[in-house]
Amino acid sequence: MFKKLIKNSRMKSPWLLHFDCGSCNGCDIEVLACLTPVYDVERFGIINVGNPMHADLFLVTGTVNSRNSMVLRNLYDQMPNPKVVVAIGSCGLSGGIFREAYNVVGGVDKIIPVDVYVPGCPAKPEAIIDGVVAGLQKYGRIVN
Amino acid sequence: MSMSMQILLVALGVVAGPLIGGLIGGLDRIITARFQSRVGPPILQPFYDVNKLLAKEYIVVNAWQAFCAYSYLAASMISVALFFLQSDMLVIYFVQAVGAIFLVVGALSSTSPYSQVGAHRELLQMLAYEPLLVLVIIGIYIETGSFKISAVYSWDKPLLLKLPFLFVALGFALTIKLRKSPFDLSTSHHAHQELVKGVTTDYSGPFLGLIEIAHWYDVALFLCFCSLFWATNIAGMIILISITYFLEILIDNVSARMTWRWMLGNVWAIGLTLSLVNLIWLYQR
Repeated sequence: MFKKLIKNSRMKSPWLLHFDCGSCNGCDIEVLACLTPVYDVERFGIINVGNPMHADLFLVTGTVNSRNSMVLRNLYDQMPNPKVVVAIGSCGLSGGIFREAYNVVGGVDKIIPVDVYVPGCPAKPEAIIDGVVAGLQKYGRIVN
Repeated sequence: MSMSMQILLVALGVVAGPLIGGLIGGLDRIITARFQSRVGPPILQPFYDVNKLLAKEYIVVNAWQAFCAYSYLAASMISVALFFLQSDMLVIYFVQAVGAIFLVVGALSSTSPYSQVGAHRELLQMLAYEPLLVLVIIGIYIETGSFKISAVYSWDKPLLLKLPFLFVALGFALTIKLRKSPFDLSTSHHAHQELVKGVTTDYSGPFLGLIEIAHWYDVALFLCFCSLFWATNIAGMIILISITYFLEILIDNVSARMTWRWMLGNVWAIGLTLSLVNLIWLYQR
């Protein structure tokens, strides 16, 4: 029963950390659009926090390059377990149109383990919310 | 009061404190969302949040931080329990001040600049509201002739009629303590601010959960203090608290976050003036 209570609470209270990992801001605007009254993700208990130490879900947009891979790694390490990573947009998935560029490492999964991939250029807010819900299914199952 | 009655009251305070604080927090978030034409989270959302936080990984920056989180919770719990025992208002006031200081010390024990600046701002906030709180308690003393809460409950007239300006001063202290705009300098309930999460930046997982529970106790304590101003009947108490809290949410939604200089200047100038006028008026009668 205790585990069920924790699982239920986890599903109902995901706090997001959003990191713009060298994105063109297209996906970032869509992520922030989820918080507006039109989509209102707070009704699911979702809060966009600015602090990795408080976050449960890690939303990453954009390509990873050799400069910001360190920051990405650092943010991921600062988040307390359990945590779920959602990669958003073509660039976050694979590097997108920038994948051949000399400074680009590739998708987010080259640096940190990714649980959910949300495709799109930019990804629609509906798709992002869908991805977060898919991440939550996974997050709820992790009971330590 | 018999011994068993006292134990019962302490237990009631310890259990009811966070329940009241959490439910009011949930209601607050729904009403705030409605103000912003959103639907808002379920009313039990604060409990889900704290449950989740308590089940997260145990990470501390250093041992002091953990100690301070526990001490803050203990002090807040004791102050609510003392209130339910109808004990001395000054003792309650000092115990809750000790709790608030432990929160600051815990934040200062980490090296994060956000945490440090947040802690300094929290100290300034305390500097702003603590004198008002003392003056409110002195006002109640002049009127009822006792620092005991039991004396307030046995007083036959509502205190609000004699201490209206002091109630406004208490409103300032309440706004600061509830971390509402324009006084949410050190940390805020809303997602982003310039200090990331200010004083709570380096508390994570279970310790953030403890801090949140301690905050619920603080909210309960301050609303109980407000209820003293209409202590003659229960309905009056509930109506007074409801109106006060609704005004708090309204002020939170219509105002922006201000600087600490503005806070200190205005809270002292307006709050202390109102309190002194009220005290002189009481004294002159």
